[in-house]
Amino acid sequence: MAYSEKVLDHYENPRNVGAFGKEDDGIGTGMVGAPACGDVMKLQIKVGKDGIIEDAKFKTYGCGSAIASSSLVTEWVKGKTLDQALDIKNTAIAEELALPPVKIHCSILAEDAIKAAVEDYKKKHNG
Amino acid sequence: MIDLKQDYFALFGLVPAFSIDMERLEQAYIDIQARVHPDRFAHLSDTEKRLSMQWATHANEAFRTLKSPLTRGHYLLELRGVDPGFDTNTAMAPDFLMEQMEWREALGEATDAADEDALDELSRRLRQGTRALEAELARQLDETADLEGAADSVRRMKFLEKLQHEINDALTALES
Repeated sequence: MAYSEKVLDHYENPRNVGAFGKEDDGIGTGMVGAPACGDVMKLQIKVGKDGIIEDAKFKTYGCGSAIASSSLVTEWVKGKTLDQALDIKNTAIAEELALPPVKIHCSILAEDAIKAAVEDYKKKHNG
Repeated sequence: MIDLKQDYFALFGLVPAFSIDMERLEQAYIDIQARVHPDRFAHLSDTEKRLSMQWATHANEAFRTLKSPLTRGHYLLELRGVDPGFDTNTAMAPDFLMEQMEWREALGEATDAADEDALDELSRRLRQGTRALEAELARQLDETADLEGAADSVRRMKFLEKLQHEINDALTALES
């Protein structure tokens, strides 16, 4: 299958790969998996005192589209509030990366990863 | 000669269940293939040839589906009206996902180091995990009718199957 240029760009130069230290403050971690293709995605956000997401990191085991989707959303969430981050829709990810229908589940995975990370942050920080 | 509306279990004369008699399945498949093989219809009209082709394809698909534990489990869930949501259900148990991450990391390290023993060991652990899941799925589908649990087991099996393919690919690459 031919990947779009944007997918290839994120796949070859993924942004924000890695993880925050266990001792870091203001971290929310989301772990999700896509049974359809066995992809696993871990996405972390680092939230500042003002409630703005300062930084994000990810680690994804999966196809090019899954890696590109997670790389893209780590860029998108930076500078956003938690609520704004929750507004990121998989359709926007799929559109930006020009994902074909069979790869839509990769964008769903990325959307769910952000939601899980925000939820985890809220749980740890009481709201 | 074949009722295409019949479910796959009925086609092979089996009771719909996760635990099935593999030998019976294979024998029933061989019998059906012998009856509907397109060669037997070569002298008949195009319509009948087309039909025999359809039957043979249907029987192949049915056999493949029932033979593999993962697709058999998935198919049984479908028959019972449950969709495991392979594309949309991303909320797996965190400890399961963590383990999947670790396994994939181990696979990456073993592949980079061209460590065949480590790959074999990983493959062995994976098969063990798969067998445990299959036993669990058999209980959930055949004994407790825990369809939600069964859907979760089938989803987990998808991850293990993918990883097994990747380990096999890594081993093949090492041998060549």
